[in-house]
Amino acid sequence: MDPNRIAFLQEKATDIRCLVLESIGKLGVGHIGGSLSIVDALTVLYHEIMRLDPSNPKWEERDRFVLSKGHGGPGVYAVLADKGYFPVEWLDTLNGPDTLLPSHCDRLRTPGIDMTAGSLGQGLSAAAGMALAAKRDGKGVRVYAIIGDGESQEGQVWEAAMFARQYQLDNLTAFTDYNHQQIDGTISEVNELEPLADKWRSFGWNVMEIDGHDIEAIEAAIRLGQKQKGKPSMIILHTIKAKGAYFCEGKTASHNMPISEEQWKTAVQKLRGEE
Amino acid sequence: MASNPQLRQVYTQWLVEKAAQDPRLFVVEADLMGASGTKPFREAYPERFVDTGVAEANMMGVAAGLANMGKIPFAHSFTPFATRRAFDQVTISIAYADLNVKIGGTDPGVTAELNGGTHMSFEDAGLMRGLANMIVVEPADQVQLLALLPQVFEHEGPVYMRLHRKNTEVFVDEGMPFTLGKIATLRAGTDVTLVCSGLMIPGTLEAARILAGKGISARVLNMHTLKPVDETTLVEAARQTGAMVTVENHSVLNGWGSAVCETLAAFCPVPVLRIGVQDHFGEVGSTDFLLEKYHMTPPYIVEAAQQAIALKAKR
Repeated sequence: MDPNRIAFLQEKATDIRCLVLESIGKLGVGHIGGSLSIVDALTVLYHEIMRLDPSNPKWEERDRFVLSKGHGGPGVYAVLADKGYFPVEWLDTLNGPDTLLPSHCDRLRTPGIDMTAGSLGQGLSAAAGMALAAKRDGKGVRVYAIIGDGESQEGQVWEAAMFARQYQLDNLTAFTDYNHQQIDGTISEVNELEPLADKWRSFGWNVMEIDGHDIEAIEAAIRLGQKQKGKPSMIILHTIKAKGAYFCEGKTASHNMPISEEQWKTAVQKLRGEE
Repeated sequence: MASNPQLRQVYTQWLVEKAAQDPRLFVVEADLMGASGTKPFREAYPERFVDTGVAEANMMGVAAGLANMGKIPFAHSFTPFATRRAFDQVTISIAYADLNVKIGGTDPGVTAELNGGTHMSFEDAGLMRGLANMIVVEPADQVQLLALLPQVFEHEGPVYMRLHRKNTEVFVDEGMPFTLGKIATLRAGTDVTLVCSGLMIPGTLEAARILAGKGISARVLNMHTLKPVDETTLVEAARQTGAMVTVENHSVLNGWGSAVCETLAAFCPVPVLRIGVQDHFGEVGSTDFLLEKYHMTPPYIVEAAQQAIALKAKR
């Protein structure tokens, strides 16, 4: 990848983190941790990988994205606003009365949201169905999905894993946001996922493990996975929950927490190198 | 005499024929292709046939994904597994997301027969009617099925169909029109109204004949669509007959009886007695044995009708 392009995307990721901090910060409470941990993957997907037309969110031949861990909605909304799907000012309406940006992604409300999710464990099945339809249509449409690490404790994830392999959905690229935290504690304390990569390999997937905040590694892993025919790809993103929010980075409590004006403003300043 | 085809054969034949005209039609199964009767569809359209194996939650999610790409998937399982087993998936991935998935539940109520209590759902239609965006319909026989299936297909949004797959009997007149969401009047009557659906149609008609022999004129309404409720026809029947009995192959809690009472309580309260499963689980047994054991046969319907008329007189 061109070093200038990497620098551009890194800067984009910082912009998007600032938008997430501002939208949740202005509301005063929200799913800050899981929204920030996926920003780098979202940046690469929406700016580098996916075939999109923000002026035509329902374009049939667009690539699709499913945020199965639907509570990361504010992360996606910031990317969509930045891409021009809707005005950036909408981010200030997060979870407000009659908002088009609810805490969990809703395909009926938000331009650019391809699938509804929020009850954990369901998005990968829908993504697999979408990938199957896309394969049958033969127009080269690809489907991307992000699932959570805690979410991977849901049995349906593994039903979908078997299905995607059985139907050889090589147009499906999934990511696990492996930030090692869930609501009740660390993943290891609550219900261990390890050996996670081996689990996915044993389900017949093409598996990669990378630093989930490394723009270049994310881009390379996606493209590498797509060269593998006949198998879906799982990219395990080793991430830091609430990455970029100094006041709660890596902390279990960052899943859904109150945020003060001082906290979000200071976090934005730090990200911008202004402090 | 050549016997009629089973409902599942008529159903699948329709799907195969429709699929020839409409490339959006998919069939989705969870290891019950044989029970659903959709094997001929797989043979005709293998690229549009999906089998998730024994994974109903995933089946509903995959169906939602197909619908999200503009396909029209028909997903099937036994009634308990198409509803309560995958209820949150149906709720969130299909109904809340308002995706155009047609769900077929087979072996409703006592027709699960020798599969017994684990496979015998008396709550499936109730669960599904509680979901916003969801239409709930029970086509009783091949005539009604062929009248309603095109409407189910054309409706843009999720639909739950309760299908008595092995049924070969025909209960309604050939060529009779049936409209999704509209109650069909099977028999005119003035003293009492019997509201029935699916498997309960023949027993209810028989009860009406017995009542006629006793000088009681019973109207028989077939409420094939549980949701949306045809309030107009129900209220009109309540006004004109003043007493009602609901007859359903389902729990009397949250099914047809409940829907009728909810409607009449608001617009025309009359005595309503409910024939159906009285808040207990199922068990192994033939359909006839279970209908008798659960007091759902014509003599019990007749008795309920007489009681309802007596209650009307006391008001």
